Amino acid sequence: MIHRECGVLKTTYEADMGLYPLPIAKWTVAALGVLFVVVIPLSLHEYYLSVANLVWIAVIGALGLNILVGYTGQVSIGHGAFMSVGAYTAANLANRLGSPWPVNLLAGGLMAALIGAIVGIPSLRIKGLYLAIATLAGQLIIEWTINHVTFISGGVQASIEVARPRLGPMVLSSQRDMYYFLLVFVVLGIAGTMNLMRTRVGRAFIAIRDHDIAAEIIGINIFRYKLLAFAISSFYAGVTGVLYTYFLGIANYEQFQIGVSIDYLAMIIIGGLGSVLGSIFGAIFVTLLPIVIRYAMEAFGGIFFAPQTVLNLIPNLRLMLFGALIIFFLIVEPEGLNRLWRNIRSYFRVWPFAY
Amino acid sequence: MKQFLAIATALVLAAGSLLTAAPSHAQAKGDVVIGLQCDRTGPTQIVGTVLCPGFHDYIALINSKGGVEGRQIKALEIDHEYKVPPGIEAYERHKKEGAVTMAVYGTPHIYAMAAKLTEDRIPGTSPGFGSAAAADGIRYPYIFPIAATYWSQGAAAVDFVKKQLGGSLKGKKIAFIFYDNPAGREPIEVLEDLSALEGFQLKTFAVPPPGVEMGAQVLDIAQRYRADFVIGHLFGGAPSVSIKEFKRVGYPLRKFVSFVWGAGEANIEGAGGFAVAEGYYVMQFAGVGTDYPVLNEIREMYKKQGKPAPKEMASTVFYNRGVLIAALHVEAIRNALKAKPDGKITGEDTKKGFEKISNFTLGGLVPPLKVTPTDHEGGGLVQIWQVKGGKFEKVTDWFAAYQDVVAKHIKEAGAKK
Repeated sequence: MIHRECGVLKTTYEADMGLYPLPIAKWTVAALGVLFVVVIPLSLHEYYLSVANLVWIAVIGALGLNILVGYTGQVSIGHGAFMSVGAYTAANLANRLGSPWPVNLLAGGLMAALIGAIVGIPSLRIKGLYLAIATLAGQLIIEWTINHVTFISGGVQASIEVARPRLGPMVLSSQRDMYYFLLVFVVLGIAGTMNLMRTRVGRAFIAIRDHDIAAEIIGINIFRYKLLAFAISSFYAGVTGVLYTYFLGIANYEQFQIGVSIDYLAMIIIGGLGSVLGSIFGAIFVTLLPIVIRYAMEAFGGIFFAPQTVLNLIPNLRLMLFGALIIFFLIVEPEGLNRLWRNIRSYFRVWPFAY
Repeated sequence: MKQFLAIATALVLAAGSLLTAAPSHAQAKGDVVIGLQCDRTGPTQIVGTVLCPGFHDYIALINSKGGVEGRQIKALEIDHEYKVPPGIEAYERHKKEGAVTMAVYGTPHIYAMAAKLTEDRIPGTSPGFGSAAAADGIRYPYIFPIAATYWSQGAAAVDFVKKQLGGSLKGKKIAFIFYDNPAGREPIEVLEDLSALEGFQLKTFAVPPPGVEMGAQVLDIAQRYRADFVIGHLFGGAPSVSIKEFKRVGYPLRKFVSFVWGAGEANIEGAGGFAVAEGYYVMQFAGVGTDYPVLNEIREMYKKQGKPAPKEMASTVFYNRGVLIAALHVEAIRNALKAKPDGKITGEDTKKGFEKISNFTLGGLVPPLKVTPTDHEGGGLVQIWQVKGGKFEKVTDWFAAYQDVVAKHIKEAGAKK
């Protein structure tokens, strides 16, 4: 991330594939670890942690979607629904069997993976926009099913309350508890994705994205790997749904509608397709930017407008600014915030001797 | 150029991170804070853009008259676009600012906040939306529907239809056209019970979201099923479409009664105006029209400031609901401050304050609610109004019906979970 790499001479393939390209990277990660595990949660007010929690949930979902869209090149507008599959699986297990959260989490993820793989079947025949529409159909079918089948949704209200997760005698309910709870899964998600991309599976995904016919010719089983990509990606989505359910204390169908799928797609496109850091940047950007804009409007809006006008203006202007900033960043760097970050880094790497 | 842009964006990002880190502007000492969530930009903005100004105007009126028990009220508004994560953020921000009551807006939002409200012991209101089971104050101690829930609305609608059809529903045919989401389906169980009780035939017609396509259902109701009366429960733009469609197939609108979210001026105007909707019955949980003392006071307040009354006041249905919600929050705070002379009130005190609200009518704009520790709905009172001669005319006074049936469902819902 933030380091110089003069004189790096690697002599083995293992070294070249290492997660830490340089020893200093370990220190960067350690410093970030201290920041996120000690400094932030212990120094900030619960409110900021609640915002961080929303970001964490978004990061896990975005990572999962990026595996499918960014790394494998298969579009999905169904991730909101996959999240709901995870959420309702976990909520039903928790309420009917009283199973503990780790079991529900895993079951929610696996069920979402299964459903995701089924929705992914059309990807074997169609690509691009056509696949987008097929997954959109998946989203709508799942939404409809949860909405109407009371066995799944737990009644006409389509919402199931779940108890807070417990860790031994401790009940995780405050935003600070949730922060640590979610952080564990963020770390697992990041490490999982990074490692996945170093394996044969990950390489196969990238090969399929770059050219699926060529990939098939070099011996990659397209059928298997496309469905696997859908399954892994949906597993992440399912886990996101379960975490969201435990975070809120309820699984509710209106929290996973099509708008959510679009939001996650926006995150990875703004952040950068096919990169872990991009998913994180995108999740942060989409979650935090509206909040930052509102704070700015609250601070400076009063200078230009009457208070009542400001109240009406803030939400509208926020939407406009949000849209404008997305366009701005995409024009500046179509490959997303991750690329922008790398450009900034490479600029400063040789600074002040640019030539 | 590329380098310049890189630096520029780095600076923008840095500035952004500084802004987030900056502490929020401190509230004035001694203000009582209400957390107000709004939707001025999302799918239900036709409600939010009018309801929220109503809320603020009432608070401003109270403050201009010296506040509550000498304390000023501050309504901190955050718009959440009807999305849940911004709603969570809004809730936590309000909590940080010390809000003692939360005016939540949106069914998914009240669900998402239910656990938090109870853990944090801050009362949240869900007037006219949310889960009907939340009327149970024992099971949901910190959620206050404070207006007729969909179950009470369904019961009231059947009672109204019964009176319209000559006092008996035996063998009559009632159609229920609803928006096909959890909130839309919620009243069906009560309607089914009442159909067994009163001996009428009930048929339900689902309108899939986003509710702009219902030609087939309306034709079915009017031509094949030939309903004696229609009860409508639609949201957003759907009520306007339903008025147009029923008009098109020639079904008389005086045989149609709409639940509270199809009852605003905007819904009528969206259908082509009051002339088109002549005869249409609507259900209200707040008084309609401009003729209430509190609204005169608000106009007076604006006049004193040398400003014209806000244009939102013309849309009386949603504006008055905003006033009603604000007034009930203020009453809860007033009761809490009265009970605690030192003025240090928390969410627990305002919860008790809500539970003391009784016969507070604001000159007829608010129904004579009686909120108790067990009944957070306050009696499920509604009025029926009708579109007549270019405006809404009152047809019935405040009434509630079949409260025993509704109570049975609330009890069952409480026992289930």
